[in-house]
Amino acid sequence: MTARRFIGGRAEDKQSYWRRVDWWLVIPAAFLSVASSVFVWSASRADLAPADDPQYFLVRHLINVTIGVGLAFVVSRFNFRLLRAYTPIVYVVSILGILAVYSPIGLSIAGARAWISVPGGFTLQPSELAKVAIVLGLALVLAEKLDAESEPSDRDVLIALGLAALPIGLVLLQNDTGTALVMSVIVLTMISVSGAKRRWIIGLIGGGILAAVVAVQFGVLRDYQILRLTSFLDPEGESGAAAYNGIQARIAIGNGGLFGRGLFEGPQTQGNFVPVNESDFIFTVIGEEAGFIGAVICIALLAIIMWRGLRIALNADDLFGRLVATGVLAWLMFQTFENLGMAMGIMPITGVPLPFVSYGGTSMFASWIALGLLVNVNVHTQAKL
Amino acid sequence: MSERSNIRLVVLGVLLISLIGTLVARLSYMQLVAGSEYEAQAANNSTREVLNPAVRGLILDQRGRPLVANRISLVVSVDRLALAREDDDGAASIANLAQALDVSENQIRERMLPCGQEGAAAPPVCWDGSPYQPVPVATDVEPETALAIMERRADFPSVIAQLESVREYPQPFDANMAHILGYVGPVSQEQLDAQGESGDPARLRSRDLIGRNGLEAQYDANLRGIPGITSLAIDTAGRVTGTAGTSDPVAGNYVVTHIDARLQTVVEEELEAAVLRARESGNDGESGAAVVIDTQTGGVLSMASYPTYDPDLWVGGISARDYDILLERRALSSNAIQGTFPPGSTFKPITTVAAAEQGYDLTETYNCPSDYKVSSQTFRNFESEGFGPISFQRALEVSCNTVFYRLADEMWLKAGGNAATLESADPIADAAQRFGLGTATGIDLPGEAPGLVSGRIEKQETWENRRDNWCADAKEGFPETRKSDAELADYYTALAKENCLDGFRWRNGDAINASIGQGDTAVTPLQMAMLYAAIANGGTLYQPHVAKAILTSSGEVVQEVLPEAIGQVADSETLAFLRTALAGVTAEGTGASSFAGFPLDQVPVASKTGSAQVFSDVSTISWYASFAPADNPRYAVVMMVTQGGTGSGTSGPSVRNIYEALFGVDGDRVNPKNSVLIDAAPASLLPVVRPDGTPVVPGIDDEAARLGRDLSVGRADSASRASP
Repeated sequence: MTARRFIGGRAEDKQSYWRRVDWWLVIPAAFLSVASSVFVWSASRADLAPADDPQYFLVRHLINVTIGVGLAFVVSRFNFRLLRAYTPIVYVVSILGILAVYSPIGLSIAGARAWISVPGGFTLQPSELAKVAIVLGLALVLAEKLDAESEPSDRDVLIALGLAALPIGLVLLQNDTGTALVMSVIVLTMISVSGAKRRWIIGLIGGGILAAVVAVQFGVLRDYQILRLTSFLDPEGESGAAAYNGIQARIAIGNGGLFGRGLFEGPQTQGNFVPVNESDFIFTVIGEEAGFIGAVICIALLAIIMWRGLRIALNADDLFGRLVATGVLAWLMFQTFENLGMAMGIMPITGVPLPFVSYGGTSMFASWIALGLLVNVNVHTQAKL
Repeated sequence: MSERSNIRLVVLGVLLISLIGTLVARLSYMQLVAGSEYEAQAANNSTREVLNPAVRGLILDQRGRPLVANRISLVVSVDRLALAREDDDGAASIANLAQALDVSENQIRERMLPCGQEGAAAPPVCWDGSPYQPVPVATDVEPETALAIMERRADFPSVIAQLESVREYPQPFDANMAHILGYVGPVSQEQLDAQGESGDPARLRSRDLIGRNGLEAQYDANLRGIPGITSLAIDTAGRVTGTAGTSDPVAGNYVVTHIDARLQTVVEEELEAAVLRARESGNDGESGAAVVIDTQTGGVLSMASYPTYDPDLWVGGISARDYDILLERRALSSNAIQGTFPPGSTFKPITTVAAAEQGYDLTETYNCPSDYKVSSQTFRNFESEGFGPISFQRALEVSCNTVFYRLADEMWLKAGGNAATLESADPIADAAQRFGLGTATGIDLPGEAPGLVSGRIEKQETWENRRDNWCADAKEGFPETRKSDAELADYYTALAKENCLDGFRWRNGDAINASIGQGDTAVTPLQMAMLYAAIANGGTLYQPHVAKAILTSSGEVVQEVLPEAIGQVADSETLAFLRTALAGVTAEGTGASSFAGFPLDQVPVASKTGSAQVFSDVSTISWYASFAPADNPRYAVVMMVTQGGTGSGTSGPSVRNIYEALFGVDGDRVNPKNSVLIDAAPASLLPVVRPDGTPVVPGIDDEAARLGRDLSVGRADSASRASP
């Protein structure tokens, strides 16, 4: 070890990389990912998993986490400059990925045609990975201006909006409202933090509201989509499957109490009352079986990750890095609030996974790639200090 | 970077804090403040399972011919709970139903009474299923009758008529196999209770049918499958609030057997022919069994028991009348695995092995007098015939008892005679145990009998168990018998006294009886078949298997049942001697009359006859144990008929016919194409099951045409039908 320190070059680079990694960011994420496997197991062993292999989803989840961490490592080690150079490629590949769901390898799950099958019996959800493309693409467009210190011009903002509109529109066409919402929030937040003029922000929010009203009034959204979005306002009403899902989710969380019912002991979870509780509604399992204490720890860990993300964005020494960190932060913030909010009945039900926790390969990979981006920005910032 | 950007990031931070605060506040409210409310709602939550039953797996023969399949039947059931709520306890309903079904009210009532309740028939006639389940009272109801019942709901408020899947017995070539296949019945409440609270989707449910006997019981877990479940969430008001989960049914696995249906048909016919032959020659010919074993694997190629019954009688529950008939005819248990009988002279190969191990030279000459005297007793040869000095092989060929008597007596004396202890040698019993006697073979069928070896230790055990009775009898002196016959009572008393005092002692008379398979020795026909298979294959005693493999309903192999060796029975030299000597039995010994004209030069058959005496019976048990080809064995065939007469006279000709069918013997020529087995050999490959679940069956019609033989001729209806 001592010898290596003086060799310089790669060895020193490597060492400083490990020292510059923000462990406050990485360790909570790793803990969440690994600990959540227990709740995935609890939710899936009785109904989803094959009868002879109740640990099937536990193992798959841990494999997903391992792959995710590997991807994060690769992304965080990427040369910061090359990242910008590769951004157009990532963007084009993402668009092609979303389009691929319409090809013969596309799959439709739970009413959303949002998956493609890849060799080896796995499926990928390209729209999850497209979030990465939006973050990188917008950061590039909004930060790479000729006059470095000024705010982005109207033209820059328009280009950024155009770049974002393509994947958002395609995802909407796939009935994946949740992902489209996440993408929109990422775009809005990144444009704000880029320093764009205030009227852009007000205009975008107002435009969003107007678009929603028009969509409902003129039947662009289908009835079931509206139903899903509004059922949380009238949870006891007779509004079918979505209301049932919401009610059962809240009963599960409320049933947990302070200390929870214990692993494998939650009657709502083990009785399979809450649909998709291994994925989008995983928080109901944590709430019921690990109780208030477990649920607060889960929220706290997510909060730590986002706090570090905010810190990295604030400390970033160039706009590109700051915007990448901001995009990731907006992504994690909105997805966390939407996911937990819908489980607790204060947000409409849209199919959005909880970052680092929900079962699902692509979502897990995307969460960790996002984390890798944060680490990359941080390591790059530290190197310049 | 611009100040504006920094401010907006700070705003984002404030938003983050407030969002997290909102989440924690909402969580605190739900779990800490309103927790009890949600708990109450959780407690009210319940699910109702709607079951979509799984199709029970098929049982196939080695070529894929279905032995047990499923068919749809209109079943009329009575809901006992609903019946009890009717005004008159359902008397009017039952009267209406009896009229509609054209049966007596009693017949319906006897089927409905739960086992154990006062007035209920004995199982399996009584209702052995869950008390909460509707009881099926009629199967294969005419559609018009079922429609009439369902349309007149007012007359039949507690009666249900619906289509259900029931077992079907295709009986390829008319093969019956009732004892091998077994039957299914409703799952009992005890079985449901015994499994406790289980989340296993394959667990038993009150509506399930489970195997109650034979392969149906042995492989029930494989055959049953997993029902599809739609789990409906229900609130306190009983409203369905949603679907909590669904799963598709998984059809039960298929059991592929070693049985060949065509061979089975021949064996069943030949067994019945042997019984009839016994009766024609003046014997009672009560019952019988026949077994064909693949000597190289221990696979059961065929197994038959006489009398048998129609397995269809069990479909939908058996009636009291049918059940009584089966009981009276003693048709229910399999003589092949559940009946134990003295083996008689078919035991002699074991005595031969014991003698060889005790140093006797099997190539020497032995004297065969007409009788053998030991102190006060004289043991005679069959029909008191003497042969003088003969070779050991000749002693087996002509089944000379006195040669074996002397060997047994000498070995007994060598082991210590009357002074021997329990630790002393007991060569014949040792060899018998090594050949698998006295222990269940472990065949994959329920209810197998272990039989008994006649030996010093076994006699001691019997004495310990029965001493108290014997001593009590000796003391009382048989007062009942004494009233009518004082002399007989004296004889009984003396016998009881001797048994009481001395019944543990292994005397030379016991050893002499044991040497020719008499005395306490009791074997199942299956044990004899496995034993002769072991002699044939060079000494490996196999565990017999009926099942060859388990397949999924789409034909994938779940498990192959591989041959399982239990032990080595004797050294190869003695076994080689036995194979030659037993071939001699067929060529020029006691088996020769049965095989006259059989092309033994092409298919040498090794065999041993037996005519075993049973204390209470008038005639002897006719045994014929064999294997072939003697020089390169593949099949062991054993047949026996109780009250049957001699081995060669009754069973021998039938065993010969089975070999003719196996090898394709036509007059004095052997033509493998005539064999009942395809390619004149047991199937080496597993049958193919198509993805839709239908097995690929070799063209039955083609086979029949090719052989120029109508396979349905000779079907013995009296044998396969219990009801007259």
